[in-house]
Amino acid sequence: MRYLPLTDAEREEMRKVIGVSDVRELFSCMPSAQCRPPLDTLPRALSEPELAAAFKEFGRRNSFSGFLSFLGAGAYSHFIPEVVSYLSAKGEFLTPYTPYQPEVSQGSLQAIFEYQTMMAMLTGLDVANASLYDGATAAAEAVLLAVRRSGRKRVLLAGSLHPEYAAVIRTYAQNLPIELATVAVDEKSGRVDAVDLRAKLNDSIAAVLFQSPNFLGVVEDGGGIAAAAHECKAICVQVVAEAMSLAYLVPPGEAGVDMAVGEAQSFGLPLGFGGPYLGFMTVREEFMRQMPGRLVGQTRDLDGKRGYVLTLSTREQHIKREKATSNICSNEAWCAMRAGMYLAVMGKAGLARAARTCHLNAAYFARMAARMKTIRVVYPGNFYNEVLIEVKTGSAAQRAAALKKKGILAGVPLSWFADSQKERLLLAFSEMHDRAAIDRLLSALGEAS
Amino acid sequence: MNTLPKLIFELSREGKIGCGLNEADVPGEPVIDAALLRRDPADLPQVSEVEVVRHYMALAALNYSVDAGFYPLGSCTMKYNPKINEKLAAAEELQAHPYAPHDLVQGNLEIMARLEEWLVELTGLAGFTLAPAAGAHGEFTGMLIVRKYLKEMGDARKVVLIPDSAHGTNPASAHFAGYDVKEIASSASGTIGLAELRPHLTPDVAALMMTNPNTLGIFESDIVAIAEALHANGSLLYMDGANFNALLGSVRPGDLGVDVMHLNLHKTFATPHGGGGPGSGPVGVAARLLPFLPVPRVRKSGEGYEVVYDDPHSIGRVKNFYGQFLVIVRALAYLMALGRENVGRVAEDAVLNANYVRKRLEGLLDLPYKAPSLHEVVFSDSGLPVKTLDIAKRLLDYGFHPFTIYFPLIVHGAMMIEPTESESKETLDEFIAVMETIVREARENPELLRQAPTRTPVRRLDETLAARKPVLRWRKGQGA
Ligand SMILES: Cc1ncc(COP(=O)(O)O)c(C=O)c1O
Repeated sequence: MRYLPLTDAEREEMRKVIGVSDVRELFSCMPSAQCRPPLDTLPRALSEPELAAAFKEFGRRNSFSGFLSFLGAGAYSHFIPEVVSYLSAKGEFLTPYTPYQPEVSQGSLQAIFEYQTMMAMLTGLDVANASLYDGATAAAEAVLLAVRRSGRKRVLLAGSLHPEYAAVIRTYAQNLPIELATVAVDEKSGRVDAVDLRAKLNDSIAAVLFQSPNFLGVVEDGGGIAAAAHECKAICVQVVAEAMSLAYLVPPGEAGVDMAVGEAQSFGLPLGFGGPYLGFMTVREEFMRQMPGRLVGQTRDLDGKRGYVLTLSTREQHIKREKATSNICSNEAWCAMRAGMYLAVMGKAGLARAARTCHLNAAYFARMAARMKTIRVVYPGNFYNEVLIEVKTGSAAQRAAALKKKGILAGVPLSWFADSQKERLLLAFSEMHDRAAIDRLLSALGEAS
Repeated sequence: MNTLPKLIFELSREGKIGCGLNEADVPGEPVIDAALLRRDPADLPQVSEVEVVRHYMALAALNYSVDAGFYPLGSCTMKYNPKINEKLAAAEELQAHPYAPHDLVQGNLEIMARLEEWLVELTGLAGFTLAPAAGAHGEFTGMLIVRKYLKEMGDARKVVLIPDSAHGTNPASAHFAGYDVKEIASSASGTIGLAELRPHLTPDVAALMMTNPNTLGIFESDIVAIAEALHANGSLLYMDGANFNALLGSVRPGDLGVDVMHLNLHKTFATPHGGGGPGSGPVGVAARLLPFLPVPRVRKSGEGYEVVYDDPHSIGRVKNFYGQFLVIVRALAYLMALGRENVGRVAEDAVLNANYVRKRLEGLLDLPYKAPSLHEVVFSDSGLPVKTLDIAKRLLDYGFHPFTIYFPLIVHGAMMIEPTESESKETLDEFIAVMETIVREARENPELLRQAPTRTPVRRLDETLAARKPVLRWRKGQGA
């Protein structure tokens, strides 16, 4: 077998050294009644060309490729410079373990340190951790952090949080002394209902979590929410499902938010059918020692040379065990390094340009769509790259199905998440679209009614 | 003194561009309240494309990796990551949006279903979720399943028992699932037998979390009796399957009475560790726990596959979308390449390699637990004039990545060596020879080891300084 280097002669020689005549003797510690189950229902070994062919066949059974797609809702198609794929594929980045031996891991450590810096810059906050699993689990970790830090039990979740994020938070909290409550969305603005927020805020609230841009595509008034939260000494957490927005909108830290968590898949990671992605967490310095997960810090070596190490590890499970800030061990290090590569090559001007194009494309669509009689643009102002529309006849799912027949994946019907949202379709735009693509969508939308 | 590469920010020069994107071609202006817009672009580096490439190539040169050499990091199963799997996972035809309609992603759903079938066959459990993102996430998912099941049986109970040799994620995961953790001391032989379990087996015990083979590389041979005792007490048996590489094709946890277990695709199933992730931690369960698996679940339906989002007993959702799909792709590719002919061979070679290293180093280093080893062996620094850390650092000078150090906690100065099946006898012999040299050096010139490494890009780093005055990011104006 090509992955196994030992020859039979070497195996024989090694058995002799060990003092066994059959390798199975080394397995005699296992109960004989259960040992060596039959494996004959499993498929036979494939040669390398056969393996490639088998995966071609899986690929052939997928048929999404020809479609013009406006799907978003937490996973976004963005341009990935070739440099990112080239560099991140190098075995030196792909095949080490967590950098436990810093003397031979400065490459990973420095790359992650740079990534942490970039995320701090983008969010306008002090420090970023080295990654979490994804946006949804990062939001859940933020809830745990806030409860731990504040000693309070209740957490308010904006009703416009990504439903899967809210679901993951509920899963994480289900056995812990944490109470979750939802803040209503103001139907008219698509934003957190300020009256309901104030009504629910009091001294028992550990944190307020809101998403911006939210699940309806609307950019929230982060400053207003943070101010309200701070009046009750609650921690204000902004969830960001579309990291590209950080390059275009007021950064969370500048708005007054205490922590930003979310999904940075947009920074150079392929759609990949939903993973692996990149959960991020950035916080004000005062929360640094409460953070979950790995942190890379700068230090000196014996010669005084600048270098990097994993640090503040007394927060972590391998030292604190059940008292750790989180159970996370392996994270998404490679995705974080890849995001760093992406942000490096996009650079200050490039990222700003991509981020602006996403909005301009969405804005063009919204303006043109607003003229159509059969649909309504629900929130025609204050969106970033996602536009929520409402069909005036039939359901959004039907409309999406009709557009699919024309080769367009027009968006995510919100009825997937809530029965009450039958008429609504969420469309995402990015720098991968151009005017011709959006015009094609517009004309198909017109015909499909 | 050669210095490390500058930070990418220190290479930045006003006006340099690395990105090849056009401006938007749509007419019109932004439609957003100006107060919501960023005033200045984020101060990301301004570097050209070639400088980005050189920067990361310079960083790459500072990393040790499995592609470069032997990486006997115990408990981490640093086996070779087949190159074709990278190509398969990067294929355009698989990069679907997670919300693409199911009829357009039947190939991807089939990939998930196929991996689940493999895992079911290899473990003897009834079904798997592929949602968890890593081992620890799998443990947490598994303990939520335990809790939900027991709760629906009428009593969630309070306590989870965990051996003192367990990985730190075990107690942390049990804690976040709402359990109190009670540590059990291992026996003199390093295992948990009925004698160790019995005194702790009270009616409030929800489960025992057992790693098998355990973190000493020893098979927990009382496992069948332990499962029976737990079940008689109304408790469940959770198995940490991080070390499943030793069991592949030899024994199925489901046949031993295990109720819930997680696997690490980034260990046993050859997906690359990526410098710390992404991983994937599928969780398998016995039949009676199937209804509690997280959503979504991929299911065969007629000729194709469908996805189930609502399940009344499910613990809920543990992750966005479907899980670490591109890791799942690599793991399936690995298994399909091995086939039924070779899965068992993997474990046999891994165990043979570990026992060969053990035999050759036994006379040299203290072996605190003498029970037979499976895929890894744990030595101690007892009797040496230097510490484990010094030996590890000296290994770096000889071009090897060290073993896992100071884990498990029950061994003084633990050196946990897991060669994996990927290593040739020649590599093992070189490693053994280097270990012999280092132990000789330790006796003759211990200072040499305390000063090690000297041949690496940096020498020992001041971790106390890093933690006392944390610098977790670069700031403008901050010197080198
Ligand atoms: C025995 C054991 N259990 C659990 C884990 C946690 O796995 P992960 O790092 O994928 O979360 C590890 C690896 O670090 C391990 O060695």
